Amino acid sequence: MRWLALVVMLLTLVAAPRAFAVQPDEILGDAALETRARALSKELRCMVCQNQSIDDSDAPLARDLRVLVRERLQAGDSDHEVIEFLVARYGEFVLLKPRFSSRTALLWLGPAAVLLIGAFGLFVVARRTRANSAPASAEQTKLSPAEQARLAAILQRRQG
Amino acid sequence: MIAELGHYALVLALGLALVQACVPIVGARKNDPVLMAVAGPTAVGQFCFIAIAFAALTICYVRSDFSVVNVFENSHSAKPLIYKITGVWGNHEGSMLLWVLILSIFGALVALFGGNLPARLRANVLAVQSWIAVAFVLFILVTSNPFLRIPDAPFEGRDLNPILQDTGLAIHPPLLYLGYVGLSISFSFAIAALIDGRIDAAWARWVRPWTLLAWMFLTLGIAMGSYWAYYTLGWGGWWFWDPVENASFMPWLAATALLHSALVMEKRNALKIWTILLAILAFSLSLIGTFLVRSGVLTSVHAFATDPTRGVFILAILVLFIGGGLALFALRAPLLKQGGLFAPVSREGALVLNNLFLVSACATVFVGTLYPLALEALTGEKISVGAPFFNATFAPLFIPLLIAMPFGPLLAWKRGDLLGVAQRLIGAAGIAAITVAVIFAMEGGGGPILVPFAIGLALFVMAGAVTEIVERTGLLKVPFATAFARARGLPRSTWGGAFAHFGLGIVLLGVIGETQWSVERIAELKPGQTVSIRRYDLQFDGMTTRQGPNYRELAAHFIVRRHGEVIGVMEPAKRNFPSRGIATTETALMTRGFSQLYLSLGDPNPDGSLAVRLYYKPLVLLIWLGPIVMVIGGALSLSDRRLRVGAPKPARSKAALQPAE
Repeated sequence: MRWLALVVMLLTLVAAPRAFAVQPDEILGDAALETRARALSKELRCMVCQNQSIDDSDAPLARDLRVLVRERLQAGDSDHEVIEFLVARYGEFVLLKPRFSSRTALLWLGPAAVLLIGAFGLFVVARRTRANSAPASAEQTKLSPAEQARLAAILQRRQG
Repeated sequence: MIAELGHYALVLALGLALVQACVPIVGARKNDPVLMAVAGPTAVGQFCFIAIAFAALTICYVRSDFSVVNVFENSHSAKPLIYKITGVWGNHEGSMLLWVLILSIFGALVALFGGNLPARLRANVLAVQSWIAVAFVLFILVTSNPFLRIPDAPFEGRDLNPILQDTGLAIHPPLLYLGYVGLSISFSFAIAALIDGRIDAAWARWVRPWTLLAWMFLTLGIAMGSYWAYYTLGWGGWWFWDPVENASFMPWLAATALLHSALVMEKRNALKIWTILLAILAFSLSLIGTFLVRSGVLTSVHAFATDPTRGVFILAILVLFIGGGLALFALRAPLLKQGGLFAPVSREGALVLNNLFLVSACATVFVGTLYPLALEALTGEKISVGAPFFNATFAPLFIPLLIAMPFGPLLAWKRGDLLGVAQRLIGAAGIAAITVAVIFAMEGGGGPILVPFAIGLALFVMAGAVTEIVERTGLLKVPFATAFARARGLPRSTWGGAFAHFGLGIVLLGVIGETQWSVERIAELKPGQTVSIRRYDLQFDGMTTRQGPNYRELAAHFIVRRHGEVIGVMEPAKRNFPSRGIATTETALMTRGFSQLYLSLGDPNPDGSLAVRLYYKPLVLLIWLGPIVMVIGGALSLSDRRLRVGAPKPARSKAALQPAE
């Protein structure tokens, strides 16, 4: 279904000549800084694209952001400071992994809540069925006289 | 004329669908065999008319009849024939027509092969199936008619987006739709059972093959789409957690859960209510997927608001079917009797655990996909939920599932022996432990600490699947001939399960290999220069231009050497499609075992140098081989005699299943 996203993307964006994401001239000489820049790029959204990180995107804006990230890193910013800087400038929208806040609490806690509620529900159901079935099953394991007679008859037929 | 014929056939199909939606259900209520029997022929007739409509549109495409708006907008006379045909579903209207075509195929299949279904169930199922058909055929006719004409026919079409002119893409949407729409059968069975207020283990036996079929197509479709994205998009990604991908992944997760819970229901007559609910949810997620993709709501909430006709229509369908289905469920589910008690540690318990985690994983994807839309609609605030979020939340839910997976099939029904199963899995755990140690040693303490454990987990899953077969055949304990005879005697569904689990292990191995060990080189090369990655040297030899059927191509020629020996050439290219003025990047792939070299082109610089992006992707092919193994497992299970659709049943059970007439 990815093609549909692409159709939409390509129809909404002007058909720009495709170049790929990180350009050779952007790469920093310092390998450690470059690794940090790449890791940061993967967490940041190209805001004119549909669900692409600036690391993946070939849009001009993504390139600007990649260069900006590298500039900040070279200026000595920590990863956290780079993120803060970009959020201050572009808003929370730039983060592909939203930060935990009252607005995103449901997003972050939702999955865990589903799991816990599901597990609790199962626990309750399991306890209830066991409570209901315990006496019943004890009775069920004993055959009634009629059943015993039938069993004997069946066994006899088999032997005979 | 042909377009009008197609349009007319579609209207007739709607008429038949209306009859099929009402008459059989009245028949089922009144227990009138004549009215119930209407369902079969109308289902087949509906399929025939929709097939005529689809064929008509295809003919318009093949003939490049640009007086039809849809053909004009999405085709071009110079396009190769195969892309003229695939262009039929490369657009909104055509893909909706494909959707209803597949819906009617499934309906017709139930009508033709459902002879052994109880008459009432069959009538109800086909009627519900037709409700869906009515809704979507009406949607096409009212908002998305592919047969509209242009008064003055243009001379040439606008062409299909070049990125869609690809063989992988030609088969991807039909596969995915077969999966999406196949789940409608499980939905119809669930609703029919609720209407009737009666459900038994036999119901699960009928539903399971249909779900399995849909699941197989969904698996293949998702894998195909992923591989297509990998080789087309040029940056080597294969899964993006894009809303459009999530739209197909959620039904897959739900269908997987449904397959497992239907197993419990079939074998032990337990989890009835839950299975019904899952069947409703799985198809609901398919509908939500269709809504997300088809309404334009993903591009922007505002775009949706400015042209809401289609979106609102699909939303109405969504509310009607999901809301209606769940309401009916709430009303009728308490009537269904639960059966089949089991201890927490048992095969049933393991399958419940599987369902708990799969549903939670599905909920994660659901919340993550819809949260930004909901937040923006409610508060106007814009946030992004992308791959980093899903990686952080999805993995913790899937890892416990994978750890538990080898245990499930080895546990006994009703009451299992966890310690005994653990003992039988010692071999598998040993293999995993040795792998972890070996990888630790190989990496020499460098690299992420989790990688060896993740690889170990993948091998545990795979070895666990093998363990099941070994245990059941007694291999290593009994003479080989006996084990072989037992292996042949094992139910095909057992083999199917083992294959599917093994396949998931393969996927995991590929995912870890690709994400953790992939190497990337970005370089600018002049002719004659070499770029090296791992033990491979790629020499840039120069550029050539070539003329394709409807594009011009600039191909770069690379000679690949390993330890100085030439092992092949790679020719990545950039294609220019003049009809739309769009350029595409054609990556070059070289397969080495399960790994691949991946080369894509950037722009040539004025000084004659060329930017290239080169990857070495270890084990990457396993990501798509795994799903194929899973689908083989599905096919094996489907060929199991008990499940085979339309397989003759022993005379006694047949008599018992069919009500007296």
